[in-house]
Amino acid sequence: MDKTITDQSGFSQILNPNGEAVKSLPEFAQDTDTLVSLYQAMVLTRTFDAKAISLQRTGRLGTYPSSLGQEAVGVGLGHAMQPDDVFAGTYREHAVQLLRGVTMLEMFLLWGGDERGADYAVPVKDFPPSIPIGSHAPHSAGAAMAMKLRGEANASVCVFGDGASSKGDVYEAMNVAGVWQLPVLFVIINNQWAISVPREAQSASLTLAQKAVACGFDGEQVDGNDVIAVRHRMGRALDRIRAGDGPHLIEALTYRMNDHTTADDASRYRPESEVSEQWQNDPVIRLRSHLTAHHGWSSADEEKMLADCNGEVDAAATEYLATPPQSPETIFDYHYEKLPADLAQQRAALLKKGGA
Amino acid sequence: MAEITLVEAVNLALTRAMKEDETVLVFGEDVAANGGVFRATDALQDQFGDDRVFDTPLAETVIAGLAIGLAAQGFKPIPEIQFMGFIYSAMDQMVNHASRLRNRTRGRLTCPMVLRAPFGGGIHGPEHHSESTEAMFAHVPGLRVVIPSSPYQAYGLLLAAIRDPDPVIFLEPKRIYRAFKQEVEDNGEALPLDNCFVMRDGSDITLVSWGAMMRETLEAAEQMAEQGISAEVIDVATLKPFDFKTIAESVEKTGRCVIVHEAAQTSGFGAEIAARLADEGLMSLQAPVARVTGPDIIMPLPKLEHLYMPHTGNVLEAVNKVMEFA
Repeated sequence: MDKTITDQSGFSQILNPNGEAVKSLPEFAQDTDTLVSLYQAMVLTRTFDAKAISLQRTGRLGTYPSSLGQEAVGVGLGHAMQPDDVFAGTYREHAVQLLRGVTMLEMFLLWGGDERGADYAVPVKDFPPSIPIGSHAPHSAGAAMAMKLRGEANASVCVFGDGASSKGDVYEAMNVAGVWQLPVLFVIINNQWAISVPREAQSASLTLAQKAVACGFDGEQVDGNDVIAVRHRMGRALDRIRAGDGPHLIEALTYRMNDHTTADDASRYRPESEVSEQWQNDPVIRLRSHLTAHHGWSSADEEKMLADCNGEVDAAATEYLATPPQSPETIFDYHYEKLPADLAQQRAALLKKGGA
Repeated sequence: MAEITLVEAVNLALTRAMKEDETVLVFGEDVAANGGVFRATDALQDQFGDDRVFDTPLAETVIAGLAIGLAAQGFKPIPEIQFMGFIYSAMDQMVNHASRLRNRTRGRLTCPMVLRAPFGGGIHGPEHHSESTEAMFAHVPGLRVVIPSSPYQAYGLLLAAIRDPDPVIFLEPKRIYRAFKQEVEDNGEALPLDNCFVMRDGSDITLVSWGAMMRETLEAAEQMAEQGISAEVIDVATLKPFDFKTIAESVEKTGRCVIVHEAAQTSGFGAEIAARLADEGLMSLQAPVARVTGPDIIMPLPKLEHLYMPHTGNVLEAVNKVMEFA
């Protein structure tokens, strides 16, 4: 983890890696049902992730970016968001997407190579995952501008990684958000690695959170493997943004436990010992320890939850595998609202050849 | 009906669109109090307020990116890039996001925006102020590339671009921003997009151009008429999606074609037109297709800029060569 500058950005942790509260718990974190729902969302994300990797390894899914180890950030953020907020994120935000209402079928479809996977029934205004790094940050500023112009008390939420924090797009978006006091929450998921490049090679800035200072708003760090702290800080920031306080930045410190994607081999650039050490920080075990110690979470509860999650993921995977591909003409049909004549000619030629 | 310049026609269309549709927003660098460095957005902020007409920080990526975010969330943004030489920071946004948002969400999110930029040489500008790189954008699926050639076209095509539900790059030939006036009625009538315009009927040869070079091309046709050569002149107007049919029909009639553009030759849009004629119009051709273009060089600074720019004489030379071909 990075050094923190508590005097400037602040660093929040509520549960330590053993699941013990190191400071007083916020109200929501005293409620068993809420904690169980956060736990369930993390377990479901991890179950989905494992299934996606297994489908990829058996040739039934495309290249897939695992979110293993980062579940607490997405769950804490997704739980704090309102349906009318607008989300734009990277390709690794499976946890947020699930909590936003994107279905596992849609997610399997997208990573399986089918554009229908980004045609969400819900949430209808959210942006699809941005594959280029950081170039979606200006869209979040634009969405925030739309909310501000309409006088809506919603928030635009932009998630990107430590690597993206080096990009001009991100700075331009944060800068304009500061100038215009836009209702946008920027979240840096600092998972320490941008494919093979470690955090310290990305920026000499002591924290990434302090990059907000240059844009005229506050940044803070949170323990991204502590779902209670994440939920607490995200909720607080979003409440303030919706109330008109302007933009905010949260740097969530976490760790990418898996390869960058299924096409990557992290053993080429980072020691296995670093990864195994990080398991001490696992966000799922952390909350489970807390639930077991303070909320009577039993092994029977655990087994039932795992079985339920497996059942839900397996059902979605089965539906995905049974979904026929789109018809060939669809590769032409969504470029413009109305198919231009010149393109209609190319479409007809392709269909005549027997399709793609 | 008033006689106005091309830049005034742009302003007139923007004013009209902002009155018609309250989701229309105009923003960019120096577009508000200053009314744009060419005055294309003059007085818009006074009329429509600073919620709808505003200056951005000096950052082209976010100018285009803000527009994408706003467009996806129900607004109709018309961002301005001050000169085309500065559009490349916005190109990532246009190519990677604006052009594909509809396709990658299967129509759930769309990107109805018009990115305006003045382009082209002949104004003795500093470096980076004179290039014509429209072909770069015409190569991108999902974009529209629209270029007016007169005040009348500017008014009608810009209104059409603003009402279009997909992203448009609207390139304004700044050499003719104030070169001549035309009567333009502010009647709210748009011209068709994805459509070439036959600007002059003829039977011996087809001249194809767009933007500022339409003037030299029409002037050449005028001089050819004095020599007894009847030229049909086509203004491409929308480079993407491309209306090849109009050109094919003309060449079927004339059997000869000269393409005129200010952009550098290699991979310029003239290459696409010539290739399409070779593919689909070969049997109509009585002579090779000729191109009159800028050379494949970096735009010279103003002292030698005139050596780069195609002239009416160059068009006539090309026409004579093509006409001599038996």
